[in-house]
Amino acid sequence: MSQTAEDVHRRLGMTDSEYESIVTILGRDPRPAELAMYSVMWSEHCSYKSSRRHLSRFPTEAPWVVVGPGENAGVVDIGDGWLAALRIESHNHPSFVEPYQGAATGVGGILRDVFTMGARPIALWDQIRFGPLEDPKNRYLLNGVVSGIAGYGNAVGVPTVGGEIEFDDAYTGNPLVNVMCLGILRREQLVLGTAGPPGSIALLLGKATGRDGIGGASVLASSSFEDESTHKRPSVQVGDPFEEKKLIEACLELYDLDLVVGVQDLGAAGLSCATSEPAGRAGVGMEVDLDTVHVREPGMTAAELLMSESQERMMAFVDPDKIEEVIAVAEKWEIESAVVGVVREGPDLVVRHHDRVVAQVPAASLTDDAPLYDRPASPPPDLEAVWGSPAGIPEEVTVRDALEVLLDDPGIGSAAWVYEQYDHMLFLNTVVGPGNDGSLLRLKGTRKGLAVSTDGNGRLCRLDPRRGSARLVYEAALNVAVTGARPLAVVDNLNFGNPEKSEIMWQFVETVAGISEACETLGIPVVGGNVSFYNESDGVDIHPTPVVGLLGLADPMPVHPPRFDRAEPGMDLWLLGPDSTGNLSGSAAERALAGSLTGRPTAGDPEMAKRVIESATRLAHLAPVLHDISDGGLATAVSEICIRSGVGAAVDVTDIDHLLCEDPHRFLAVMPSGQEPEVDLPKSRIGSMGGDDIRFGEDVMALAAAAALYTGALSGRMTG
Amino acid sequence: MRVRVEITRRPEIADPEGNTIRRALRDLGHRVSEVRVDRVIHLDIEGDDRAEITAAAERMCREVLANPVLEDFTIEVPS
Amino acid sequence: MKIAVIQFPGTNCEHDVVEAVNGAGGKAELVWHRATDLSGFDGVVLPGGFAHGDYLRTGAIARFSPVMAEVSGMAGAGLPVLGICNGFQILCEAGLLPGAFIANRDLAFICRFVEVEVTSTDSILTGAALVGQRLRIPLNSYQGNWVDPTHSGKVVLRYVGDPNGSQDGAAAVANERGNVVGVMPHPERAADELLGSDHGRILLEGLLQAPAAV
Repeated sequence: MSQTAEDVHRRLGMTDSEYESIVTILGRDPRPAELAMYSVMWSEHCSYKSSRRHLSRFPTEAPWVVVGPGENAGVVDIGDGWLAALRIESHNHPSFVEPYQGAATGVGGILRDVFTMGARPIALWDQIRFGPLEDPKNRYLLNGVVSGIAGYGNAVGVPTVGGEIEFDDAYTGNPLVNVMCLGILRREQLVLGTAGPPGSIALLLGKATGRDGIGGASVLASSSFEDESTHKRPSVQVGDPFEEKKLIEACLELYDLDLVVGVQDLGAAGLSCATSEPAGRAGVGMEVDLDTVHVREPGMTAAELLMSESQERMMAFVDPDKIEEVIAVAEKWEIESAVVGVVREGPDLVVRHHDRVVAQVPAASLTDDAPLYDRPASPPPDLEAVWGSPAGIPEEVTVRDALEVLLDDPGIGSAAWVYEQYDHMLFLNTVVGPGNDGSLLRLKGTRKGLAVSTDGNGRLCRLDPRRGSARLVYEAALNVAVTGARPLAVVDNLNFGNPEKSEIMWQFVETVAGISEACETLGIPVVGGNVSFYNESDGVDIHPTPVVGLLGLADPMPVHPPRFDRAEPGMDLWLLGPDSTGNLSGSAAERALAGSLTGRPTAGDPEMAKRVIESATRLAHLAPVLHDISDGGLATAVSEICIRSGVGAAVDVTDIDHLLCEDPHRFLAVMPSGQEPEVDLPKSRIGSMGGDDIRFGEDVMALAAAAALYTGALSGRMTG
Repeated sequence: MRVRVEITRRPEIADPEGNTIRRALRDLGHRVSEVRVDRVIHLDIEGDDRAEITAAAERMCREVLANPVLEDFTIEVPS
Repeated sequence: MKIAVIQFPGTNCEHDVVEAVNGAGGKAELVWHRATDLSGFDGVVLPGGFAHGDYLRTGAIARFSPVMAEVSGMAGAGLPVLGICNGFQILCEAGLLPGAFIANRDLAFICRFVEVEVTSTDSILTGAALVGQRLRIPLNSYQGNWVDPTHSGKVVLRYVGDPNGSQDGAAAVANERGNVVGVMPHPERAADELLGSDHGRILLEGLLQAPAAV
C-alpha cells in the first residue's frame, strides 16, 4: 500500500483493515472515487457496522407488516386497503455544528425516506435533548433547532404534531435531535427502492448537486467531538423546503400515474447510496455517467460528486418507454432532472467521469460487504454498587416543594413555546395534538385513528438499559392506548456514546434486548430504526438514550377522545395499575431534588403491561381524561390535569415517595362522579376535581401558582 | 455587468428583526442605538450600456424586487 | 356555488379548503396556477401555504402567476375573492388589497387558536355573521403582521388581544366593495368541533352566500 493511499483512507475515517477488505474485494488498490464510495457507505452512520450484529435480535415480523427493516421506511397494513409508513432518524452531530440547518435537513431527510415508499407524509414528531438552559449555548442550540424544524416543516407543509423535550447535563456538548415521520398510502401506491430490471433508466430528480456535507456521513456522524472539532467542519448541508415540497408532489404524481419502477432518496452517502443500494436489492449492476449530474458548483471531482449530501434529491428508476412522461411531470413541478445512468446485468457498478472509468465495483459489495464488528461489551464495574444504593430525596421536602421544582422544569412544564412554532393543524387530521400523551390523527373517509407516541429516558437507561428500554416500549404503548389505539409497530432511534468503549457497547446490547422483550410481550414488530453512535464529547458519553416511536391504530376512534383539559368540578379522580413501590431511581424528582442518579429502576411487568394497555384502550371511549404517569410521578400528572382543565383537585395520597415515583403501568382517569372505570385492574378512587387548589392531604398548592410555574417553565427561560 | 441593488425598509415601517438584534447586541454590552435589517441583491445583467442596464434594474426593482408599500431601493452600477 | 381553489407551487392548505368549502355546501375545485380561464366559477379562494417558498417576499412571485389576471378580473367584476393566510399576502402583493406583511412582532411562527371579533358584516367573509360576534379560529403564520401606511383597508375581523402586532389588530381586511377579502387566521381549520372549533363555518357560509356581484 502506498504512503499516499494510506493517508487518504485514514483521513476519510477508514481503518487499515477496512482498506484491506476493499483490496480483497477488488483484487487491487481502490481508485480515489472508489475509496470515496466505500468510505461513506461503510461509515458507521450508513453501514451500522457496530450495531448490525445486535439489531438482528429485534422481532420484526407480524401479519400486518408489509415492509420490514431494510427498506427506506417500515410499512404496515392498517386495514381497508390503507398502509402506514413510518421512520425515525437522528441528526445529532449536524445540529451541534449548525442547529438550524442541522435540524432542518434532519426533517427533510426523514420526509424523503417516507415519500420514497409511495406514501404522503402526514405528520412529524421531534425528540430534542439539550444541556441545562442556564448555559446560553444551550439556549442558542434550542432556539436554532426549534427554528429549523419549524422553518422546514411549516414551509414544506407537513404538520409537526408532537414530540419530546428534555434538559440534562448529559447532553451538554451532545444535543440530540431525532425526528419521526408518518405517511399514509393506498396499497397499490407502494414503491420500493429497487433499480428494476436491466435497461431501467436512472433519473436524478431535484436540487443541483454541490459540495454540501462532503464527508458528512463518514466524518461527522461517525466520530466524536473534541476540542479541535472546528477542524472537522465540512460544508453544512442547507435545506430548501420549497424544493422538497415540489419533490413530494412530483413523486406522488409519478406514483399515481404508475410511471416508476423504483425510487430511492438521496440521504447520507448521496449518489453512492442511491446507485448501489437499489442495484444491490435488485441483484443488478449499473452504469453511471457523472457528467450528466446537474451541478451548482463547477469543477467537482468524481469523489465529490459521489459523496455529496446535497439535499432534496431523489433517484427514480424508470422504464425507458416512460421516461418522457416522467420528465414532463418533473417539469410541471419545476424540478430539474437528469438521466444519470442505466441499469445493467450485474454485478458491477461502473462510474464514468470525463469519459474515463473512475469506479468499477461490485454494486452489492458497498452494502453487503460492509464490515460487521463484534465489539466487546461489558457492564460498568460499579453497576452492582449503583444498584445497591437507592435514590432518595431530602427528608424535609414536601409535595408542594417538589411540585414547585418539577412544574418549573423546562422538560416537564408546558412545551407550548416549542409547539406553537410548529404548524400542528395542517391537513385537518389532528384530533389530539401536542401537549397531551399520545398524538391522535384521524384518517379521513374512515373511522380509524392513527396514534403515535415517542418516548425516551436516558436516566433510566443509564441505570439499567434493559429495564429502562423495555419500560419505554410499555410507556409508549400506554400513551397510545389512552387515545383509544391498539399498539401496532415500533421504530427506534438508538442514541449512544462511543461504541469502541465496552461499557457503551454493553448498554447497546442490553437496550436492544429490552426493546425486543417488551415488543415480544406486546406482540408488536420493530419495522425500522436508526443508530447514532459517537455522541461523546471530550471523552464523556451521553446517557444511553434510545427513543421509541410507537404507532397505534384506533378503529373506531373514540367519539370524544380523552384530553387533559376535559376535567370538570365534581368529577372523580381514579388511579389505575399496580401499586407504586416508591422507587425514585432515575426519576425527574431525583434529578431535581437530589441531583443524583443511582439505584435500580423498577422492572416492567409483562402481564400487567398487557392488561393495562388493553384497559386503557377501552376506557378511552368513556373517560374524559386519561393520563399516564411518567416524569414527575403521580403528583405531576394530577397537577397537569388541573392546570390544563383550569380546575383544582383534592387527592388523598400523601406519601411523597409514592407521589413522585415513576413506576410503570400506572395511569389516571377522570370520570364523571359516581362512574367507576369498568376495567380488570387494581384501581382506587384517589380524589375529586374542584376548587382552586391542588391538595395532597394537607399539602396545598394554589392552582394559579402551579399554572404560572408550568406555563413559564420553558417560555420564561427562552424569552425576555 | 454586476448591478448591486439595496432594498431598504421604509423608515416608518416597523422592523421587528432589527429591534430584536438591537436588544441582543445591547444585552451583550455592545453600544448601538439603532439596527435596521435590509437586503442586498446582485444582478448579473448582460450588456455594457450603463444607462440601459440601470433602467433595466430599475424596472426589476419597481415591478418585482421591492414592495413600494414597505421598501425603497437604490441601484449601484459599476463605472 | 362553484369555487376555484388556486394551487401555487408551495401551497399546502388547498385540500383543507376544498374539504371545508364542500362541507359548508359549496362545490370547490382545485385550479393550477398556470390556468388562464376561471369563467366557470362563481368565486375564488387563494389558500394558505408557502407559495414559491415565500422567497423574495411572501406572495411576491405568486402574484405574477398566469391565473392572477383572471383573479383580478373577478375582483373587478364584483365576484367573491377570498385570500386565506398566504392567499391574503398574495392579494396584497397583487394590489387587490391595501397593505403588506412583515414578520410577527415576536419573530416566531404562531400556531394556536385566537379570538377574533366581527367589526363589519359588509364583506363576503363576514356577511353571514353579526357585528360584535366573537369567533375562535386558528392562527398559523410567521408573517401575519399586516401594515397599511395608507390606512385605506376596511377591517372586518379584529383580533381580541394582539397576537402578532398587526395594524389596528386587523385579522381580516376587505376592499371598499367588500367582495375581495383577506383573512390571516384559517376559517377552514375551524369547521369541525372534533378539531377544536366550528366557528369558521359562519365565515365559509358568508363566502357561499355572497351574491354574484356586490
